[in-house]
Amino acid sequence: MIKAGIDVGAKTIKVVLMEDRKIRGKGKVLSGFNQEESAKEALEQALKEAGLSREAIGSIVTTGNGRKAISYASGDVTEPRAAALGAVFLYPSARTVIDVGAEEARAIKCDPSGKVLDFAVNEKCAAGSGAFTEAMARALEVPLEELGPLSLRSTQTIPMNAQCTVFAESEVVSLIHSKTQKADIARAVHDGLCSRVVAMVRRVGLDPELVLIGGVAHNPGFVESFKRTVGIDDVRTAEEPEFVSAIGAALAVGK
Amino acid sequence: MAELQEYWRWTEYSWHHPEMDWRQGKRIAAGIDVGSVSSQALVLVDGEIFAFSNLRTGSNSPDSANNAIKAALKDTGMEIKDLQYTVGTGYGRVNVPFANRAITEIACHARGANFMAGPKVRTVLDMGGQDCKAIHCDERGKVTNFLMNDKCAAGTGRGMEVMADLLSIPIKDIGDLSFQVDKEPQPVSSTCVVFAKSEALGLMRSGWSKNMVLAAYCSAMAHRVSLLLGRIGVEDQFFITGGIAKNPGIVKRLEKELGIQAVQSKYDSQIAGALGAALFGDTLLQKGA
Repeated sequence: MIKAGIDVGAKTIKVVLMEDRKIRGKGKVLSGFNQEESAKEALEQALKEAGLSREAIGSIVTTGNGRKAISYASGDVTEPRAAALGAVFLYPSARTVIDVGAEEARAIKCDPSGKVLDFAVNEKCAAGSGAFTEAMARALEVPLEELGPLSLRSTQTIPMNAQCTVFAESEVVSLIHSKTQKADIARAVHDGLCSRVVAMVRRVGLDPELVLIGGVAHNPGFVESFKRTVGIDDVRTAEEPEFVSAIGAALAVGK
Repeated sequence: MAELQEYWRWTEYSWHHPEMDWRQGKRIAAGIDVGSVSSQALVLVDGEIFAFSNLRTGSNSPDSANNAIKAALKDTGMEIKDLQYTVGTGYGRVNVPFANRAITEIACHARGANFMAGPKVRTVLDMGGQDCKAIHCDERGKVTNFLMNDKCAAGTGRGMEVMADLLSIPIKDIGDLSFQVDKEPQPVSSTCVVFAKSEALGLMRSGWSKNMVLAAYCSAMAHRVSLLLGRIGVEDQFFITGGIAKNPGIVKRLEKELGIQAVQSKYDSQIAGALGAALFGDTLLQKGA
């Protein structure tokens, strides 16, 4: 039986099709105005990749902030649960899952079966989520995917005083005016984001067996800065970090 | 080419007393409040307001201070060298080149509020460009306690500027427009200004009018500020200073939420910090500084 997991995120919708604990197909579409329509589109992408038809799907489980918006789903699971199930499936030794998405960030402590023991979440403040790097990339006038690589070329650490995304935008503009290197600003941006993410992680306790998931884990500047901030060199990053929660949702059936 | 309108931009201005002859004055004290968004300069002659200005703060604090005092002294015949004592305040207070000393904006706002609204004021709310302060003071305008939010744009003038820009509505019109709704909507649920922006766009897509969105945003902001005030407590009388005091959309909703009316004053709410600074200067002159 094919199990579908749909992660209805703030920015993108991810779909994973699984059969016998193997990934058969994936799809990703911007959330847009109509989450239900976009989810359908992502599902079709995944079906196409798997070479399957809609009838093959036995169950559809949703997660993410729009998880209740999908009428054709057979059930839904909370974001921490989906993230933990997906992370432990991919990395069985993971005990702390750090999920940094477009508008939310989460730190989850789990047991070997992927059961959630504790979690902390930031959904109130953009400064602790991917939205922060997006805003800073705009202020620096560099494409988002270049912000991380740019920060790796930084030669010195500069302080950023502002926490708030809105204030940080103005600060970045003044830093540019005072001829600060963009690479150094980019590094300060990632360090700022990481200090907030790590503060959240410490609330559930930092286990060295950790894995980074969520779209922001694609950003090498974030990952480098995260390692520096927690003082752990060997930080595991999921290969396709944005799909982990969708995998978890697919696996949640029958659990 | 069409001119790009910047909706967040508020108007700069200056004022000076039409009749007062400052040359007859014994004491000339100035206060310069270099804030993160706006800068004010105010001159007191023998303890009476002679001139003031309100400008946007530039990227450089010393320049902003100079521009503010020049604007205040324009057409008065007074020059910077005529100022006998100058006090700098605000976030750029140590960067006022011609100041004799710097005093924190908390102390200056309380002192200014005491002058503007009278000695019965016990709670001052300063709603500034990038921060928000709740201050308790005594009958002489001396600070007894305070709390501030300077970490987050929610509940500050900057947050309001962001919304003005997003909705393409001049910032001075926001308050009045926010009352032109059939029914008061639920406040926006996001605290964060960045998220509130996306939420506002979502509400408009679902058919809300701009005025409805403004009403929802103003009440969210009023609520945010009421939480800060709630932590310190509101003692009668209550007075609001800073730029946002000019936005009835926030003030009226805040008064309703707190169940207390703010004291009205004939003075411009944005001069409180500079006025307080100048009053400190004036006192020092009286003591022979």
